[in-house]
Amino acid sequence: MVALTYHAPDSLEEAVQLLSTARQPVKVLSGGTDLIIQMQGLTQDERLVVDVKKIPGMRAADWSDDHLRLGPSMSCSQFTKRQDIQAVFPGLVEAAYLIGSTQVQGRASLGGNLCNASPAADTIPALIVNRAVCLIQGPNGTRRVNVEDFLTGVGKQCLASDELLVAIEVPKPAARTSDAYLRFIPRTEMDIAVAGAAVSVTLDDDGVCSNARVAIGAVAPTAILVPSAAEALIGTKLDDDALHAAAAASSQAANPISDRRGTVEFRRHVVGVLTKRAAKIAANRVGAV
Amino acid sequence: MSEAREFKHIGQRTIRPDGFDKVTGKANYGADLSLPGMIWGAILRSPHAHANIKKLDVSRAQASPDVLAIATFEDFPSVNAAAQRNGSQRKDLMDTACNIFANQKVLYHGHAVAAIAARSQAAAIAALDLIDVEYEVLTPVLNINDAISADAPILHETMMTQGLAEPATEASNVSARMELKKGDIEAGFAAADVIVERAYDTPTVHQGYIEPHATTVVFNDNGPSMIWCPTQGHFDVRARVAQLMNLELGQIKVVASEIGGGFGGKTTVYLEPVALILSKKSGRPVKMEMSRGDVFRASGPASASQSRIKIGAKMDGTITAMQATLHYEAGAFQGSPMGPGCMTVFTPYDVENLYVEGFDVVVNKPKVAAYRAPGAPQSEFAAEMAVNELAKKIGMDPIEFRLKNAAKEGTQTIYGPKLKVVGLVACLEAAKSSPHYNAPIPENVGRGLAAGFWFNIGGQSSVIINLNPDGTGTIIEGSPDIGGSRASMQMMAAEILGVAPSSLNPIVADTEHVAYNQTTGGSRTTFATGMAVVEAAEDIVEQLKARAAAMWNVTAEQVDFTDGVAHNLSGEDQLTLAEICASAEKTGGQISGRANINARGAGPSFAVHICDIKVDKETGKTDVVRYTAIQDAGKAIHPSYVEGQFQGGAVQGIGWALNEEYVYSKDGIMENAGFLDYRIPLASDLPEIEAIIVEVPNSFHPFGVRGVGETGIIPPLAAVGTAVAEAIGQPISSLPCSPPKILKLLMAAH
Repeated sequence: MVALTYHAPDSLEEAVQLLSTARQPVKVLSGGTDLIIQMQGLTQDERLVVDVKKIPGMRAADWSDDHLRLGPSMSCSQFTKRQDIQAVFPGLVEAAYLIGSTQVQGRASLGGNLCNASPAADTIPALIVNRAVCLIQGPNGTRRVNVEDFLTGVGKQCLASDELLVAIEVPKPAARTSDAYLRFIPRTEMDIAVAGAAVSVTLDDDGVCSNARVAIGAVAPTAILVPSAAEALIGTKLDDDALHAAAAASSQAANPISDRRGTVEFRRHVVGVLTKRAAKIAANRVGAV
Repeated sequence: MSEAREFKHIGQRTIRPDGFDKVTGKANYGADLSLPGMIWGAILRSPHAHANIKKLDVSRAQASPDVLAIATFEDFPSVNAAAQRNGSQRKDLMDTACNIFANQKVLYHGHAVAAIAARSQAAAIAALDLIDVEYEVLTPVLNINDAISADAPILHETMMTQGLAEPATEASNVSARMELKKGDIEAGFAAADVIVERAYDTPTVHQGYIEPHATTVVFNDNGPSMIWCPTQGHFDVRARVAQLMNLELGQIKVVASEIGGGFGGKTTVYLEPVALILSKKSGRPVKMEMSRGDVFRASGPASASQSRIKIGAKMDGTITAMQATLHYEAGAFQGSPMGPGCMTVFTPYDVENLYVEGFDVVVNKPKVAAYRAPGAPQSEFAAEMAVNELAKKIGMDPIEFRLKNAAKEGTQTIYGPKLKVVGLVACLEAAKSSPHYNAPIPENVGRGLAAGFWFNIGGQSSVIINLNPDGTGTIIEGSPDIGGSRASMQMMAAEILGVAPSSLNPIVADTEHVAYNQTTGGSRTTFATGMAVVEAAEDIVEQLKARAAAMWNVTAEQVDFTDGVAHNLSGEDQLTLAEICASAEKTGGQISGRANINARGAGPSFAVHICDIKVDKETGKTDVVRYTAIQDAGKAIHPSYVEGQFQGGAVQGIGWALNEEYVYSKDGIMENAGFLDYRIPLASDLPEIEAIIVEVPNSFHPFGVRGVGETGIIPPLAAVGTAVAEAIGQPISSLPCSPPKILKLLMAAH
């Protein structure tokens, strides 16, 4: 029998109260697809869980005039079914669709993927290129942090022990903007990214890239924004030279390790290939709009 | 047997009798048995790959009220006494004991050191912290090159290489050398126009069965102790536990649960003796199960290998000489499948001059266990890769090249017998005319083809068939069903008795309810146990005739029995099997048939596989786009399960070739002990494996059966390796063809 202490608060205030008064760090539970595995080997005392997905709004996704507000506990399967979101952020939706399996996606959430802060998390590069912002609530109020600044290391983010991620805001993109996310795994599914790349591009009416963002994953302690790769795309028609330059910039920005999933050389090279391919897909999506 | 014979049930695709319970979750597997008063065992495993145990102190655990029993190596009875009494090999028994519990030295990461039983699994795991172990960490030996180098740390101080020309004088990590030869190898190479010589290596891989090892054991002082476990051979579990614990066979009863995959890996014991010790000490039923990590770290994987192959041929395609030097990792204790690897390496070829040398090498990895055609995938991979390269060099189609040199009836094998009727040529012809081989090779795709040979075995099987008063019946066999064999037994008995297969319920009985059966392995069950089923059914037919004769007041010779009906040859009378059973009370009691056989004449099975692979040249990612497996089944009793064996073997071989491998840190810690990072192929990774059944009957079996379970894993390694080599235009010498490795080859070529 695995014993734990479990709370399921109804309000953000109550949740933050639980976090700030606990005797030891609390495990915040959404879908649990990472957390439950990580709790193996913990003692009963260390298993202090606050389940936040029952708090109103935590599983919602609502549009306002200028942004999409995502409840962090919304499951990937609910998220990927939302055609209104898919129409605007196809790359973000495909990233969520790559996580785990159908069964895992029934539980796994974007907020969980973000707070777990794996270097290989699939949705994080896609959130970064879409300029997503984390809304964080603590005992002294709320603060806003860009996703690229939210992550601080392998498995680490900037949440204090009494703070909770309460929403992810994704601004509505400019006209003729689209995104794409690609990851490399040796198989077709049920795997962890060996390298990943998300690209968002805005094209003008002549097909010239007027704005771009590139973020890469699984090739550094955190997913990283690569401005040099974006610069290689901006002002071009995404011709082979521009794509090649963006690929080279991503490879250059990568700071990977060798492990059971891939080598430094492999990851460095492949993240460039993915950047190039994702940029092409994003541009084709703009064309298709 | 007559080849034109028509069958009523054999060759049909009946519903398997175990299927409903399996898909509805009712079937009971290894971890499913719980008993009143049952407690849990857990194992403390070594965090080091190679270390001396300086101190093993269980006193803190002993003092804990939570701990109900503790077991260590010291709890095994004297191995000397046990070996003497059971007439088993002392060394072999000692190795098994030392694998189950480390004896003063741990030899791999995950090696069991001690076990604890407590009221719950969590309590047992928690109590492991109360065992104090002090290790003196030694340098691990993690591959063949390191193991055979002059300054290698020695795993076993007493291990001297057996089989050398001069007796060994110093301890070594090479436990044995063997040599096989035929003809004059030097003369053979001298006669060749073209020679290919290459080195190949393959990684440590796991069978990857979905069900982890698990057992529930009840020690009984006044009768047989009970062991429940998933195993391919419960009689051999009984024998092994009896040997280790110095008991008589009759003091142990083993019940084989349903089994969630074995592939050779469930032919030995890990948890069962430990649970028996814990049950004896605690007086309670004890349940144990391995985690997935334990399964990878501490149950038998298949050998990593290094092979050097040299083949010579004339420009007309005649192979004149084949030579191999094969090294196999045995894991922590001697006993790799070096022998079968050496015996099978060149058997698909009828060649005058052969020379094969094999080495069995110990390393700080788990002791290897059987895995489908043990030893053959590694050696035949190397041979088939070289054969393909040679065919290309002399400009011959790989099928034509093989047909020119194919083994056939009368071919003298390197290991002794001449081949009887075999189906290699028939498989090659089927490959040649297959839709796949005749389809053009798509762009960016490489195509590879390879053959495979496996002996298959017969051996001891015992079967009882009991008929009920209404004519239904039970087939009581003792061969754990790992591939649909119960369906085949039903069909074979039904064919002889002339009844519906579903009227005969096949059960795999425990060790007390049927006489000894060899382990399900060596592709023996449908052949040997099937033969016993046929004999038991024929025994029944004789009795049915006698009973009918008694009712008609004629002699048994005057009764014919066809399609389930007895006919009085001296009159018009007829009696169905059910009618004879219904009146059995009046004709001498109920009817049972029996057969206890040692089946001879197992027929080898050859296979030919064709593989198309697409490679992403920018990432090294491989994609199997088409795959065909062609194999000789002799006679397919149940074609779906024969195809299933071809497909399953192909998929496991593809996994071995593409992405599966044990990854170790330099300290010998296994870094991918789970299915996330030990990458077996997923359903979505592969196309439907096209299966083509070739039937060249084995005359030693009443229906012509050859075993089909193992050969299918042999050809994929070279079929995939060759396809990848063709796709990237670079030679492949090392498995797996994982993307980082392939990308490196692609980039080096630029």
